[in-house]
Amino acid sequence: MNNKYNMPDDRGHFGPYGGIFVAETLMPPIQELNEAYQRYINDPEFIAELDKDLKYYVGRPSPLYHAERWSRELGGAQIYLKREDLNHTGSHKINNTVGQALLAKRMGKTRIIAETGAGQHGVATATIAARLGLECVVYMGAVDVARQSLNVYRMKLLGAKVVAVESGSKTLKDALNEALRDWVTNVDNTFYIIGTVAGPHPYPAMVRDFQSIIGREAKEQCIEATGRLPDALVACVGGGSNAIGLFYPFIDDASVKMYGVEAAGDGVATGRHSAPLCAGRPGVLHGNRTYLMCDDDGEIIETHSISAGLDYPGVGPEHAWLKDTGRATYVNITDTEALEGFYALTRMEGIIPALESSHAMAYAMKLAPTMSKDETLIINLSGRGDKDMQTMAKREGIEL
Amino acid sequence: MSRLASTFEELAKTGRKALIPFITAGDPTPNFTVPMMHAMVKAGVDVIELGIPFSDPMADGPVIQRASERALAHKMSLRRTLELVIEFRKTDDKTPVVLMGYLNPIEAMGYEDFANAAQRADIDGVLTVDLPPEEGSECSALLKARGIDPIFLLAPNSTDERVQKMDLAGSGYIYYVSLKGVTGAGHLNITDVENKLKQIKAHTNLPIAIGFGVKDAQTAQAIANVGDGVVIGSALISKVEANLDNPEQASKEIIELLVSIRQALDN
Ligand SMILES: Cc1ncc(COP(=O)(O)O)c(C=O)c1O
Repeated sequence: MNNKYNMPDDRGHFGPYGGIFVAETLMPPIQELNEAYQRYINDPEFIAELDKDLKYYVGRPSPLYHAERWSRELGGAQIYLKREDLNHTGSHKINNTVGQALLAKRMGKTRIIAETGAGQHGVATATIAARLGLECVVYMGAVDVARQSLNVYRMKLLGAKVVAVESGSKTLKDALNEALRDWVTNVDNTFYIIGTVAGPHPYPAMVRDFQSIIGREAKEQCIEATGRLPDALVACVGGGSNAIGLFYPFIDDASVKMYGVEAAGDGVATGRHSAPLCAGRPGVLHGNRTYLMCDDDGEIIETHSISAGLDYPGVGPEHAWLKDTGRATYVNITDTEALEGFYALTRMEGIIPALESSHAMAYAMKLAPTMSKDETLIINLSGRGDKDMQTMAKREGIEL
Repeated sequence: MSRLASTFEELAKTGRKALIPFITAGDPTPNFTVPMMHAMVKAGVDVIELGIPFSDPMADGPVIQRASERALAHKMSLRRTLELVIEFRKTDDKTPVVLMGYLNPIEAMGYEDFANAAQRADIDGVLTVDLPPEEGSECSALLKARGIDPIFLLAPNSTDERVQKMDLAGSGYIYYVSLKGVTGAGHLNITDVENKLKQIKAHTNLPIAIGFGVKDAQTAQAIANVGDGVVIGSALISKVEANLDNPEQASKEIIELLVSIRQALDN
């Protein structure tokens, strides 16, 4: 039992990464959150309520789908898709918001705030807030408000207030800054639902725990379908929540290779990308130490990606640790390659993936042919492409 | 004894309160900063807090955020902030200077290199907003070894236990954040501050400077009375912002405000 993976430590450290790096006003609410989380994550009643929501509201378990035609076409590994796109609201994000919202309710918080990039986490938060009758404010960079307008409309329909953030680069990192400023101002009644495995402890561990339902199901489903563990896992990495959700239950299974796919934007060599693990360096942002995209002076660099959900200069601290220890491998996929992945899955399997997930598809197209036909590759299909229809149509010169 | 300790001791002897202006280094341009620091000393300030511009100032309101953006547009950085202090020190080796900012620029430089550079620049204190004592012991030890005070924050929701923690971890002074919110917020409540200061003073002998949301002489006076000093930032930077095409006017208005606060504090 001794060499079992058991990160983080009780102060949220994954080796040198993670931790709690916040202004003093946030220390008490973070401590309060940590105590509530430690208590309820082991409370059978809480878990039962969570499981019920995941089954009847989210629609779990999500299928593990054998993409037979695509596997044949690529001529290598058998490709299985973990269908998080079929969840209520269309992505993996709801696994986490359902969990955190139940915590918020237990803690007596009446107001929910969230940051969002692609809008999927915002929608998943607005959805659960509507269901629980909680006030909801979502911060979203002004650039993202423009490129994900469909999701902005969905959030508003659900009764959330969407605040367009005009500071800095007007994308996900600035939305996170603004959400932190809101939290510091309204600590007494407000619960901040962070949408990925970033932020101060306990968020990276807590979001991982809520998302790891993906990997637990996938493991069982894979053994049922193939009689054994998969050989490789592939997932896109923005903050890293869908990836860690798939990876975590497999960390102690040494034979299972894990590939996290970052967004290379125009290409890592151009500097216009969102790939901190591949091309960044350790630093501190948004409450934790991790790999970041920053310059020699420690100023955060603007990121670029075709997908709003991967357009973030940091990454969850646990991925930083898995990279350094070599347990997971981090690769990157350009905008152009991601589009190839997008079209391939759409035309081969009749499944339109989110642009974020398309990065994982594109990497699988490189990896699968290097594997043998009796090997199994699981790709996390983290979300569906509906939200990206406008972006895609525009690229094709079509007005909707 | 550190410059900060002796400054507060001197003030206490004469029954005066510390006036501590905060400006962002390099805002609106790098040339503005050092003359402004000297002018503020002349106007009677006791300590200068100099903000290190950062791309993602999470604890700051819009006024200081924009100050950071203006400074960064002129390529201001931690390194260049330290150079400004070296220039300031050429003609002022008395006024304590405290650097205030976020951790990542310090991480990028490396803790030891930063501590050495801060010592060379004759910095007196360092306040890193997003570095609580739990994570800050390594950096604090390097600073203390060089006679630089690590300064920590306390907030309206800080428990007794945290006050004791800051008392042990910090030196120079403690910065009390007078409200739950970001810098420049508008909902300061003096009675709340007064009650909280009683609780804090029961657990520490360090001087307490109070900041966030102090906008005018009257508030400054009321606030300073319950602590040992008052920090005024956004209200000064607003003057910079209102006079971007006329930095001399900005400087003049900043000095007028500081002089009025000095008079109010000394009355
Ligand atoms: C469908 C989808 N996949 C992936 C991501 C990236 O987030 P993470 O890396 O936390 O899974 C997002 C974020 O918005 C998303 O909407």
